[in-house]
Amino acid sequence: MEARSGPLFSRRSLLLSTAALLISTSSRSTARTIAGALPWEPNGGNPPVAAKLGPWEFFSVDEGRAMEALADRIIPPDAQTPGGKDAGSAVFVDRQLAGGYGAQEGHYVRPPFIKGMKNQGAQSEGGPRKEYRDGLAALDKACKAREGGKSFADLTDDRKDAVLKNIEDGKLELEGVDGKSFFALAIKDVQTGFLADPIYGGNRDMAAWKMIGYPGARYNYLDWVGRHNEPYPLPPVSMIGRAEWTTNNSGAR
Amino acid sequence: MDYEQFGSPVMARILPKKDVVIIGLGWTGSVMANELTDEGLDVIAIERGPWRDAPTDFPPSQMQDELRYRIRHELFLRPDQLTFTLRNKLDQQALPMRDWGAFMPPNGVGGGGVHWNAEMWRFLPSDFVLKTHLTQRYGADFLPADMTIQDWGITYDELEPYYDRFEYLCGTSGTAGNLRGQIMEGGNPFEGPRSRDYPTKAQAQPFSHTLFAKAARELGYKPFPQPSGNLSTAYTNPLGLRMGPCTYCGFCEWFGCSNYSKASPQTTILPVLVRKDNFTARDNSEVVKINTDRSGKHATGVTFVDSSGEAWEQPADLVILSAFSMFNAQLMLHSGIGQPYDPKTGEGRIGRNFTHQTISSVNGFFDKTKFNFNPFIGSGSIGMCIDEFNGDNFDHGPLGFVGGGYVGQVQTGARPIESALTPPGTPKWGAAWKTAIKDNYLSTVKPGTGVHGSFYAYRDIYLDLDPLYKDRFGRPLMRMTIDIKDNEAKQNRYLTDKFADIIKAMGATSLAKTYRTAPYDATTYQTTHLNGGVIMGADPKTSAVNRYLQSWDVSNLFVLGASAFPQNAGYNPTLTVGALAYWAADAIRNQYLKKPGPLVDA
Repeated sequence: MEARSGPLFSRRSLLLSTAALLISTSSRSTARTIAGALPWEPNGGNPPVAAKLGPWEFFSVDEGRAMEALADRIIPPDAQTPGGKDAGSAVFVDRQLAGGYGAQEGHYVRPPFIKGMKNQGAQSEGGPRKEYRDGLAALDKACKAREGGKSFADLTDDRKDAVLKNIEDGKLELEGVDGKSFFALAIKDVQTGFLADPIYGGNRDMAAWKMIGYPGARYNYLDWVGRHNEPYPLPPVSMIGRAEWTTNNSGAR
Repeated sequence: MDYEQFGSPVMARILPKKDVVIIGLGWTGSVMANELTDEGLDVIAIERGPWRDAPTDFPPSQMQDELRYRIRHELFLRPDQLTFTLRNKLDQQALPMRDWGAFMPPNGVGGGGVHWNAEMWRFLPSDFVLKTHLTQRYGADFLPADMTIQDWGITYDELEPYYDRFEYLCGTSGTAGNLRGQIMEGGNPFEGPRSRDYPTKAQAQPFSHTLFAKAARELGYKPFPQPSGNLSTAYTNPLGLRMGPCTYCGFCEWFGCSNYSKASPQTTILPVLVRKDNFTARDNSEVVKINTDRSGKHATGVTFVDSSGEAWEQPADLVILSAFSMFNAQLMLHSGIGQPYDPKTGEGRIGRNFTHQTISSVNGFFDKTKFNFNPFIGSGSIGMCIDEFNGDNFDHGPLGFVGGGYVGQVQTGARPIESALTPPGTPKWGAAWKTAIKDNYLSTVKPGTGVHGSFYAYRDIYLDLDPLYKDRFGRPLMRMTIDIKDNEAKQNRYLTDKFADIIKAMGATSLAKTYRTAPYDATTYQTTHLNGGVIMGADPKTSAVNRYLQSWDVSNLFVLGASAFPQNAGYNPTLTVGALAYWAADAIRNQYLKKPGPLVDA
């Protein structure tokens, strides 16, 4: 993570935020008449907005602790690869909840909200922000009631796993929350953050991509399409480059 | 804002009249605009979404972003702008699709052509005369009682020159299987005769795709490369536009191509079209109504709303409705053109014979010490397929169903969020999950839409306006009533089992096999091949448009797209959609403009 607090990362963040500002006021989202030539604008692009370092943006301190503990049980650390917490999955979920995903951006949120069949899709008025807020609180509450007053993050790994397994199996019900579907959501989001581009705060230093052998944000395999059953030799690269591309660090991967 | 007021002279400001107004600047709108501007007509295209192009919207520095484009759907229509409600049966409460799942409709210039895979399949000759063909071969009683399949009113031979035109526009890479009646080694022996070879040779195939072909061949099938709009080599199309060879980056399906290698309106038409003096486009402007005169039989133009909420009326002599298929049906209903379909009586034109695709897949897990697939190497329409089980290429008599599809290893890459898979029985989280994705990512075959089956039409599968839910303008949403019928479930089980046999023969140590079953599920992706609702045909009682895609009700209105399909075949729809657009354009240029009015007597 240190690499990204260096000058390159800061400059890029600045550029990205400037670009985002320009986009919101440019003509890209407003109606235009186009005739005579393709509508080109210099720097008219729409680059991704990087997750910022720093404190939680959505979670409270307690929620953040619970989320990190959850991330580390969904993806436990091992000798070769960090767990969900150190890989940044909780940060990823936090930034996603603070952003468009949490706000149900682009979703149809008009009433009425009627409970339907599962195959008709989610009909949730509160969206992911409410599901996490309620779910993490209910998880801590259930643990305190059953595990000697301890919150989820303070349990041993074995007890954490036992609690989660019981929620998954429907044996432990969380108060006021569908525990099973909350845990399924957390699994999905933590694993998504682990495998997404590091620009969004998870998959730190491309830990997950190195682990599975995915070469990342590359764009040309012409030389490799015909080379069958040979290991691809190049290391992964992300949209924010690779640690050794920055000038202010040791170059270690 | 009250949509009922749109179109009233008080609300909408009136723009200068054009010869032609085109609703939607995707594939069919672009084809039609280019043809009609060549005819010298003054054409305006009105597009609901933004202008999109590679340098601004999908440059190579940012397109490899699975989270943004695939998971969060950035290039697609967003449901808050417009969505659908869904129910499986007539007596159910339909609920809105609040986020996309089963399909993801396009938005913006280029339409679905921006983020499609570019599979370039022709339908079989028998697909166009389906009802007649199946009835003759198996008898009318063989078909389910509620099945409402129809002939198209056009034959394969009539459409062949237009298939050829769209293939050459796109630079299609493939291996011919039937050249003017002669069966060619290495191609699809079941395809209809083609008048000439593909414009470019087939794409190179990665390891797993090649291995699938080998296993299929050993089982006695005739595998061939999937015809592809991702090009194997550089190509200059008939409009003089140049495309580059595909780099197999694996970000094609649901992504825009940064490399000018995927056929799209942007790469094959728009740079030429936009330079013409007699063409204008409006983006971020949504057509809310096709206006008609008092007789209701003549369109006077359209009303659209721009991004500031202002309504405009665009008068025109000829209206081309070329939005995505379901939006065509929706705009017809909102405009009061054509009698809405009623599933109880079976009468009415708009909304009938709504169909999708019947998709399933089989994932294969291989020994990682022997197989390294580098699965991230791919293209949108890469793949080796077999067609033995498509359409009526096999005897359905003993099987008790009709229809079929191609099956193949058509894996488009291995974006890790969706492609870090685990073998059946693996826990969904924890150390075992982590170890399993590590051990399997490089040695898993994940074909995606590996079983690509037909979806035939039924009396109670249709589109109409929802009585409860409204869009941002206060217009009723379109309601889908759709389910997986026994015929399609049987078809899918048969094909999936055949497909699994081939994956197993490739050497897989374990298989994850998923059948498509009822109820129709809004939450799992199945393709965005939604069809029907404004279907073509020879009989005005059971179709909305004639064989030239001209409205039976309003003769200066043509409705393009997969909305015209009377039912869906076991192939991807776009090549047929493109061919029909050229076919309709030809009819307008050579028949309609000489004598405006109905091209077929009702």
